[in-house]
Amino acid sequence: MSLLKEMKKGLFTSLWFVFLTFPLMVIKVDPIERVVRWRWENALYVAVGTFLMYLLVTFLMQRKNARAATETEVDADRESFIHRLIASPRQKYLLGGALLAVAIAFPFFSSSYQTNVMTTALMYVVLGLGLNIVVGMAGLLDLGYVAFYAVGAYSYALLNHHFGLGFWAVLPIGGGLAAIFGILLGFPVLRLRGDYLAIVTLGFGEIIRLILENWGEFSKGPSGISNISRPGLFGLELNLDAAIIYIYYLMILFMIVTIFIVNRLQDSRLGRAWIALREDEIACQAMGIDKRKTKLVAFSLGAFWAGIIGVVFAAKTTFINPASFTFLESAIILAIVVLGGMGSIIGVILAALILILLPEYLRALSEYRMLAFGAILVAMMVFRPQGLIANIRRTYIFEKEKSPAEKS
Amino acid sequence: MMDTPILKISGLTMDFGGIRALNRLDLDVHAGEIVALIGPNGAGKTTFFNCLTGIYAPTAGEIILTPPQGGKSISLKGLKPNQVTEKGLARTFQNIRLFSQMTVLENVMIGRHCRTRAFILGAIFRNAATRREEREIVEMSYAILEKVGLAGVANEFAKNLSYGAQRRLEIARALATEPFLLLLDEPAAGMNPQETQELDRLIREISDDGLSILLIEHDMKLVMSLSDRIFVMDYGKKIAQGVPSEIRSNPAVIKAYLGEEVDA
Ligand SMILES: Nc1ncnc2c1ncn2[C@@H]1O[C@H](COP(=O)(O)OP(=O)(O)O)[C@@H](O)[C@H]1O
Ligand SMILES: [Mg+2]
Repeated sequence: MSLLKEMKKGLFTSLWFVFLTFPLMVIKVDPIERVVRWRWENALYVAVGTFLMYLLVTFLMQRKNARAATETEVDADRESFIHRLIASPRQKYLLGGALLAVAIAFPFFSSSYQTNVMTTALMYVVLGLGLNIVVGMAGLLDLGYVAFYAVGAYSYALLNHHFGLGFWAVLPIGGGLAAIFGILLGFPVLRLRGDYLAIVTLGFGEIIRLILENWGEFSKGPSGISNISRPGLFGLELNLDAAIIYIYYLMILFMIVTIFIVNRLQDSRLGRAWIALREDEIACQAMGIDKRKTKLVAFSLGAFWAGIIGVVFAAKTTFINPASFTFLESAIILAIVVLGGMGSIIGVILAALILILLPEYLRALSEYRMLAFGAILVAMMVFRPQGLIANIRRTYIFEKEKSPAEKS
Repeated sequence: MMDTPILKISGLTMDFGGIRALNRLDLDVHAGEIVALIGPNGAGKTTFFNCLTGIYAPTAGEIILTPPQGGKSISLKGLKPNQVTEKGLARTFQNIRLFSQMTVLENVMIGRHCRTRAFILGAIFRNAATRREEREIVEMSYAILEKVGLAGVANEFAKNLSYGAQRRLEIARALATEPFLLLLDEPAAGMNPQETQELDRLIREISDDGLSILLIEHDMKLVMSLSDRIFVMDYGKKIAQGVPSEIRSNPAVIKAYLGEEVDA
């Protein structure tokens, strides 16, 4: 495209932005002196800033397109740094071991506040991996994932409050209940796809939250449930700092188990069926895959992890109320899956860490942190729509046309 | 005629609102046969396949499948697509429907799904039975790829294959479900003459392995060379049936094709 044309488009864009931000940037009402101040210089800043940004983005986009034209996308993905790093099993285990060592040492050289933040990030890693089964692998756009998280959290809160059940006893119950809710949601939406599925699941999430908010006798309504027990350690009473570290280590354990299981699921008959279902539902059925069963299993397995993490959440904060389970949570978890690269386990882990830790460490930017966060997300999706780590498929090596030897 | 047909269709009718896409169609396929179904575009051939494989629910009519070697007859009506495939009937699609983000090998491995069992626990614990099953899936899928000549690109993404190769992959995927009757919907569409010739050979090989084949195709040369019998449709109706030489000289067929070259 010609430079002149781009300049013209940039000019229009900046004028439009000036118009959009006019009430915010230019007009200032001073309630004390009862005058309106017109800060015209701001309009100029916005115009120039937008114009420059527009040129920069256009330039980057064109460079990216030019590069995409010369090499195919797949080759670029295969060549990516992380893929090369984990290409050999030895390097993969070495890297994993090093990361694990850092993770285990982490609480010793950071404050309990930071450990707590890290625990939250790990929880989102597991939530992301769970939703990744539903959205990334099976391709079912679920906007109500937080409902299962709430089911897990409330099952622990209520069972603990009424019957004094402990964390470890409720952990499987919470996961199981969430899985059952996954099937309950799955049945009515079996026939739906894409947008329709998204809307129904969105509604489901809101229904669960509204029930929790309004059914006071059951859930104590908006005021929530407090004094939930922290997880026990062989009957030991832990002080606050020790409990934070204990939950952190629990989350590391849960995350490792989750990664192990999701990894195996992905590389199994069931995982392949999910991906086939995502790729083409009709062809998938014509290949003999039971669509209903495969979808229901995806929903319930995904929900299971949300339930488990719900229990951990209730135990960690010792207080829950419906405000923790809004659509925003679902959106963040979905953003983790999409940003990570649909179906890619490493991508989801990275994305969860970035999305949860970035706002924390951007606090230095004070009031602009959410703006910066949003800008990073938008830039990410513009320049790398396939996500941080594009999913690579397992390859098989065949020796002399027969007797396949496998490699992962 | 021979013994009971493995596929017997009688009075099959399919309405879409006011459109009658299939009108009381009768058709039969016997064990080991290659049967072709031809007709102008929009005649209802693909709709016919969709009714057979459970993708559409036919308005009326009966579909009876009888597995060769003394199997029991079953009605396919009301079965879901995956159940039809389990009964031994597999198909390819006219508009290629591969799993484009999966590798060539994985596409074929999907076909093994209905003949294997490992589930959640098997996937997680990978016990001996599951490992054996996975190995069998891989080995068999690879053998099928060798058969259709795609073994060299087993680890490529399906979307990166050439058009002709994608059509052959569709056939490989269908074969992996171990059908005794294979439905091919315009397998030569978009192929160059050389690819078509390779396809001709592949279909013969599949037939020699004992499978019966029902083939929709516009390439008359291919149809005439392969088919034991031909059915001709127009506007949802059967207008002719017979061996290739009969069809070639049938006036109704020539008229339906409106002067198109029918002879090979
Ligand atoms: N799902 C559908 N809904 C409505 N009409 C359809 C549908 N599928 C096919 N048809 C109609 O049925 C007729 C036959 O189509 P088709 O079976 O694709 O023909 P062919 O494969 O012989 O070219 C066409 O008129 C088509 O428009
Ligand atoms: Mg057709």
